[in-house]
Amino acid sequence: MLNAKIPSGPLENKWADYKGHCKLVNPANKRKLEVIVVGTGLAGASAAASLGELGYKVKAFCFQDSPRRAHSIAAQGGINAAKNYQNDGDSVFRLFYDTIKGGDYRAREANVHRLAEVSTNIIDQCVAQGVPFAREYGGLLSNRSFGGTQVQRTFYAAGQTGQQLLIGAYQALERQVALGNVTMYSRHEMLEVVTIEGKAKGIIARDLVSGKLERHFGHAVLLCSGGYGNVFYLSTNAMGSNVTAAWKAHKKGAAFANPCFTQIHPTCIPVSGDHQSKLTLMSESLRNDGRIWVPKKQNDTRKATDIPEEERDYYLERRYPAFGNLVPRDVASRAAKERCDAGYGVGSSKQAVYLDYADAILRYGKIEAGKQGRSNVSEEEIIAMGKDVVKAKYGNLFDMYEKITGENPYEVPMRIYPAVHYTMGGLWVDYELQTTVPGLYALGEANFSDHGANRLGASALMQGLADGYFVIPYTLGNNLADEIYSKAIETTHPAFEEAENNVSDRINQLMNIKGKQSVESFHKRLGKIMWDKCGMARNKEGLEQAIKEIQALKNEFWSDVRIPGEVNEMNTELDKANRVADFIELGELMCVDALTREESCGGHFREEYQTPEGEALRDDAGHMYVSAWELKGEHQWELHKEALNYEVIKPTQRNYK
Amino acid sequence: MEHYHMNLNLKVWRQKNTNTKGDFKTYQVKNISSEMSFLEMFDVLNEQLITEGEEPVAFDHDCREGICGMCSMYINGKPHGPWQANTTCQLHMRAFKDGDTIVVEPWRANAFPVIKDLTVDRSSFDRIIQAGGYISVNTGNAVDGNALPINKDNADNSFAAAMCIGCGACVAACKNSSAMLFLSAKVSHLALLPQGEPERKSRVMNMVAQMDKEGFGACTNTGACEATCPKEISLTNIARLNSEYLGASLSADK
Repeated sequence: MLNAKIPSGPLENKWADYKGHCKLVNPANKRKLEVIVVGTGLAGASAAASLGELGYKVKAFCFQDSPRRAHSIAAQGGINAAKNYQNDGDSVFRLFYDTIKGGDYRAREANVHRLAEVSTNIIDQCVAQGVPFAREYGGLLSNRSFGGTQVQRTFYAAGQTGQQLLIGAYQALERQVALGNVTMYSRHEMLEVVTIEGKAKGIIARDLVSGKLERHFGHAVLLCSGGYGNVFYLSTNAMGSNVTAAWKAHKKGAAFANPCFTQIHPTCIPVSGDHQSKLTLMSESLRNDGRIWVPKKQNDTRKATDIPEEERDYYLERRYPAFGNLVPRDVASRAAKERCDAGYGVGSSKQAVYLDYADAILRYGKIEAGKQGRSNVSEEEIIAMGKDVVKAKYGNLFDMYEKITGENPYEVPMRIYPAVHYTMGGLWVDYELQTTVPGLYALGEANFSDHGANRLGASALMQGLADGYFVIPYTLGNNLADEIYSKAIETTHPAFEEAENNVSDRINQLMNIKGKQSVESFHKRLGKIMWDKCGMARNKEGLEQAIKEIQALKNEFWSDVRIPGEVNEMNTELDKANRVADFIELGELMCVDALTREESCGGHFREEYQTPEGEALRDDAGHMYVSAWELKGEHQWELHKEALNYEVIKPTQRNYK
Repeated sequence: MEHYHMNLNLKVWRQKNTNTKGDFKTYQVKNISSEMSFLEMFDVLNEQLITEGEEPVAFDHDCREGICGMCSMYINGKPHGPWQANTTCQLHMRAFKDGDTIVVEPWRANAFPVIKDLTVDRSSFDRIIQAGGYISVNTGNAVDGNALPINKDNADNSFAAAMCIGCGACVAACKNSSAMLFLSAKVSHLALLPQGEPERKSRVMNMVAQMDKEGFGACTNTGACEATCPKEISLTNIARLNSEYLGASLSADK
């Protein structure tokens, strides 16, 4: 079932050779080919714009009121590229190596190498679009470092890099809308893939304002619908982020790969109470200068500022001297959980650790004093100068922290705790980003391909834009070259009618339950099961229990959910119900996947498989594969394994010590 | 920080759809924590309405971290509520006290028709961008990112303008419902960069024409937009827009 279609030849030539030999579609034929793009984040907007520029007839869909709102916008820290502008030893190979190693040797070499190759083109393209990256006084681009690497290769725009990149892609997309190459459907949600003779040929979408179902034909369908972190209810994802498009594809035969690979981000603002609706990330870039610690004494109730230096445990620096506070995300998250579980947590919930800027403020203050050639500066002045430097670098993040918590992080250390942030798993795709359903593609976070079992910081933006700007324009053409003789299919075709009826029946079924419990309450319960039993640490017993609980929750949902309002109008509860129903089914698959992967790797930590020091214990002999799940029936999946062959890199235990 | 709980009266604008007349409905919510965000307080209200068999209040929101620009409530006479440089989703309940009455309305502007309750249609902003808010560079055309050094001040000012989240609070705050701050932010973002130079004149002319076509009003010069902007987009941008527009109008080639 799985053919990754990885080109032959040496790793560094694969992509160039592919591009040199792939089939092309001539401009006159491109005009006759229609492409559907679902989702308008970095992957979707860049793909829709680039395909529109090439001359394809593109239809793009997003559930938000404008394509500019997609959740890529919330990415803070930056985007990696192997430019080596800093002359610090970076190269395509190093970015490739760091990404494979960071992913704990569970990603495909060929895909990751291609990603590292095109990373440099992305920066060029974005600069040309007017993305205002941070610059030095000489007018050249600035870089910073991120977790899991020892070079400075991250390009950024203050703490709003995702916003600036998305606006660049959004503007390119709107330009194509103005030129008539792309038709934009905002406030629309895809609810079904239409397949004809086994090939994806369109979608059924619901207009979220009128509630009407619409049929849309496409010679190819691109799902760029992001990740599924909201299965945990509480995550750093936007409220609307959902798995529905990907899940509909899965139900139509697309294999779902590595669903249990979830990234728990170490630096988020902790939960404050039961009312919590989402969690807010504090950029990983804060770990560049901040130091993470907990008190050395258990259940210490003193204020952070009253705890003297020698009674603080800088546990990341202690455990991982080589990388210190800049260890990869999965390692940092587990270390925080370990301290809190052992009773060293801080704050009222005791589920938090400190991220402290006092040292950085002093250090920067002294540098400023030195720059100004001043000696005999009082400590107060140094602190004031240091705060100004920190404000210039991280001001917006500090402001955000203060707004949410009411505490001033310039004066007291921030409290942070890990939270669900990104999902490495997703629809299985081959080298061409095509799923196991011909004509159906997945780009960006929606696919599984590049990050293995753990994603490095500043690599999600890179992958989304790589897929959309530089990969799909080639790989789609290679496949659509065979479609130039297929005329557009009328949406009166029985396959469209059947698909629309299925969607309509499901919606009516949901509306007619008329039960007692709100959609939100089900989502919260699902989230709790997932976080407790399929979160930062998992074990066999918990996962088996979770599967039973989720199956029971599904039955309860389908017999007792209450959705007020009507079908043919704006109905936000119905929108949510459609999504939560899919999350429940996905949750089960995630637990099944976590249960069968009897090893620890990256973000997947099985308590049964760890080293005596508590590090993840991988099992390369038994588990060096991608788990691709095919749906066989309710609660039934068949596992297909794609073996991972490392031809260039030799897998070793990840060591950040 | 001391945390507390409060009971509140909410006067919320309810409107079934664009073509139906709306009105205010009053609701009570109890035991609201000062640590909640304003939208989490609305989640509580909606949960309560669903339990009572009523339709929940429709409102736009997505990222809930102040960056997507989707949330848009007019709270006690101010877009995004009482805090400076803030979005509705980042407003927290410690801004209110026990017994308060809070009035919540949608953005009010002809160019932003109400879709339902507190949800409005801001697609006019997308159409303004379509008129020229971009640099015409196809994928693959770019030169090396460091080929063209950019003066740091210009780069920083361009970024400060590009921080606009397109929420529309500036329009909602303006008594003329002018979109000048939004438009000027995009014109400034691109005019300050060398990459934006080739289309500089046509861009400002076309975008202004589209803004007028959408039914936004004229600038009042009172600065309510700047005062309410969650990203503190500066009025300087409107000055720059005016000068760009004048320059382009007087220029022979556009």
